[in-house]
Amino acid sequence: MPAVQETVERVRRIDVDQYRYGFETLIESDKAPKGLSEDTVAFISAKKSEPAWMLEWRLEAYRRWLTMTEPKWARVNYPKIDYQDLYYYSAPKPKKQVTSLDEIDPEILKTYEKLGIPLREAEVLEGVVRKDGEDAPVERRIAVDAVFDSVSVATTFKEELKKAGVIFMPISEAIREHPELVKKYLGSVVPTSDNFFATLNSAVFSDGSFVYVPPGVRCPMELSTYFRINERNTGQFERTLIIADKGSYVSYLEGCTAPQRDENQLHAAVVELVALDDAEIKYSTVQNWYPGNSEGLGGIYNFVTKRGDCRGKNSKISWTQVETGSAITWKYPSCILRGDNSRGEFYSIAISNGFQQVDSGTKMLHLGKNTTSRIISKGIAAGRSQNTYRGLVTAHRKATGARNFTACDSLLIGDKCGAHTVPYVEAKNSSALFEHEATTSKISEDVLFYCTQRGLSQEEAVGLVVNGFVKDVLQQLPMEFAVEAQKLISISLEGSVG
Amino acid sequence: MNVVVAKTETGRALSDAFAVARGRLPGTGQVADRRRQAFEAYERLGLPHRRIEEWKYTDLRTLMREAFSLAAEPDAAALERAGEAVRSHTIDGVRRLVLVDGVFAPNLSQTDGLGQGLRIRTLQEVLEDADSALQAQLFAPENSDAMVALNSAMATDGVVIEIADGAAPKEPLHVLHIASTATPAAMFTRSLLRLGNNAGVTLVESFVAADGVKAYQVHDSLIVSIGDGSRLDHVRLIEDGRDAFNISSAMVTLGAHAHFNFFNMTSGASVSRYQATIVCAGEGSRVETNGVNLLNGRQHADTTLLLDHAVPNCASREVFRAVVDDRAHSVFQGRIIVRPDAQKTDAKMMTRALLLSDEAEADNKPELEIFADDVTCGHGATTGALDESLLFYLRARGLSEKEAQALLIQAFVGEAIESIANDTLRDLAVSAAQRWLEARA
Repeated sequence: MPAVQETVERVRRIDVDQYRYGFETLIESDKAPKGLSEDTVAFISAKKSEPAWMLEWRLEAYRRWLTMTEPKWARVNYPKIDYQDLYYYSAPKPKKQVTSLDEIDPEILKTYEKLGIPLREAEVLEGVVRKDGEDAPVERRIAVDAVFDSVSVATTFKEELKKAGVIFMPISEAIREHPELVKKYLGSVVPTSDNFFATLNSAVFSDGSFVYVPPGVRCPMELSTYFRINERNTGQFERTLIIADKGSYVSYLEGCTAPQRDENQLHAAVVELVALDDAEIKYSTVQNWYPGNSEGLGGIYNFVTKRGDCRGKNSKISWTQVETGSAITWKYPSCILRGDNSRGEFYSIAISNGFQQVDSGTKMLHLGKNTTSRIISKGIAAGRSQNTYRGLVTAHRKATGARNFTACDSLLIGDKCGAHTVPYVEAKNSSALFEHEATTSKISEDVLFYCTQRGLSQEEAVGLVVNGFVKDVLQQLPMEFAVEAQKLISISLEGSVG
Repeated sequence: MNVVVAKTETGRALSDAFAVARGRLPGTGQVADRRRQAFEAYERLGLPHRRIEEWKYTDLRTLMREAFSLAAEPDAAALERAGEAVRSHTIDGVRRLVLVDGVFAPNLSQTDGLGQGLRIRTLQEVLEDADSALQAQLFAPENSDAMVALNSAMATDGVVIEIADGAAPKEPLHVLHIASTATPAAMFTRSLLRLGNNAGVTLVESFVAADGVKAYQVHDSLIVSIGDGSRLDHVRLIEDGRDAFNISSAMVTLGAHAHFNFFNMTSGASVSRYQATIVCAGEGSRVETNGVNLLNGRQHADTTLLLDHAVPNCASREVFRAVVDDRAHSVFQGRIIVRPDAQKTDAKMMTRALLLSDEAEADNKPELEIFADDVTCGHGATTGALDESLLFYLRARGLSEKEAQALLIQAFVGEAIESIANDTLRDLAVSAAQRWLEARA
């Protein structure tokens, strides 16, 4: 069945030509010379006043990268990237030493205001000052780390987080201030030798966020990072490291935008999550990089390695992603379910339009006993785009009682696009129970029956069930886009294909 | 990673085998040229390994430890052994065509009284004949897959069946591959079935070993074209010896309103792979493929299907069941392509694996590649052990553990087996499954 009209219109609304974040901010910037060499790596390291061990770590990655070739297995096509024709470091030129938010270049602040990102914590803080004994304020507060090109320009709520013991700062500062934590965890989930883009990132990453939540602490607010690529011909390579120590909880949000430009820009990020015993990390992404125009010109190449390690028992990592931007997306947020009883989740909505190419999915590696995972993926392809779900679920010999449920639906709007599903299901253990579903009517027969019995149509019932899975995660997205995203989730499943 | 492919011992041995065998291979002129091109392609590609996506789970560099030389033409003793095998594998009411060690055996085959519209020749005859259209069809498969290319280069013999428009031979045709070689050897066969328009036939292929035959390697390929409005029922049984190696490829093309009903059961061979490309090239065609893997010991069996919906209004159903015991390894890779114009395609694929031991492995890769919007396509995959509560139910009613398991396994594979239209052949498959279960108990 073809898609219903309502769905078609919703997708049209996020059409590539209506990209709202395509403006450019005119500020002076400080750039590393074009091209990549050991000198560039050393330059970035020096700019960040990094200790010697960090430089050595980067150089090792760089040397390794030289021996690697770009992966070709994904269903994406793009002209060869000239890695010597890029700037690997670009920072807004500081007028003087920045000590407070007021001294940040007003152009940058304006940029973030335009994007609707609250960097000025003062006003927010005023409204929520509380005396001892009072109940916690109802208003939701979000701590923001804003990354502009290669550097972090502002991090809010630092003090308050500090009181709770939570460390939230640019990773460049963390390398200086908490070397013991960085040394212990950086590269422990995504090793420097992992893949071409991750290795490149290890060599040249300039900034990103660092989060450490101490044992037993429930992070008092949402943490979030906004990435903005502004400069021309710049690659953005950020690195995020989140550690949830025993029994802690943290929810982290990530948003990305870039100006409209005719040439393609490279974004190769690495995100590492570590959850120790009984800890939980919820990682949400609203990826809205510039997707290129309707002719397929320009746009961001988004080659991202995201991986979470459920290292401790009873730990949980949940990935939620709403992917609407980028000319090319190559992204597989994964969970290594190492600890016994650990749980991994992956909820994804990937919408492609114009000439976008999306090859995204997840990996659930069941290593510990009684580990569970759930994958809910919705791909919507329109225009001339190609949308691929690629997922791996594997249970190792010792992963007794491993359990996975996967449902991936795709919807095609128009006859020039393509939607593809490439799941790999590998079971090396007889007690592993894997279900891969693409037929929507089979999600859960009894729940559907319950709903239909109460007067809902089959389709409404399925919508309700799917919505129930993702709703609470999506509702926590702070941007106005969350509303958009939620609408998209409720998209009629009519005409969906596996 | 783009590592330069280092040739393995086995890969080299296969190259040498071709050089030695070249003089014996039927066909000259264009045929010889095509063989040479195919062999060059194989040389370039080398043995498939895990870095080649289609062969990800069946790495021949590790699974194919050595390459045997081309089997000699069967001598009297070999034919004698094959004769005994024929007696125990005869199916009533079925016309038998026997290939012994990769060579057609006329004395063991039934080629008399073919009736109108049915023509059967050997590959040797066709290649030495001047029928260039048929030869072109025989060498139509591309050389992009190393094992298909190798087969094109090395095929010694096979059966070429032509069924005229409107003809429908009542007797099913049974191509029986018997390995009867006294020393370890490799057999390369290629067969062809051409069904005219509005015709119909049932084709059975089975692979067996004569008594006492241990290690051997089968490289088979089958090219099928089904004319407009025709129906082909095809049953394959891999019952090779436990040390055997079987790599089979099939290329099937369907015309308008054609119907292809296919069943494959693999219970034999130590390493086996069945790879088929099925193309719906005519509107309104229908494909049903069903597969069962019954594996134990250290068996490795791979079924790789590519279903290509090239035109609108076609329907396909794929059902696959794997029962994996001991340290066996079952692989199912199913790929459905819906081309941009193939609107109104209805494609479904369901693969399920049952793991009976903690060391068994089942890998499933059900792939969808869809370029048309007005389609219904779906796939499902499940992996798990036998349901404890069902076992308990049966045990509570007095069945032994093994009996209860056998009953559940039978039901599990039953769904695939019952798709066989021909009663005799369905019973044959059922009893083959039963034998496997009994051997287990």
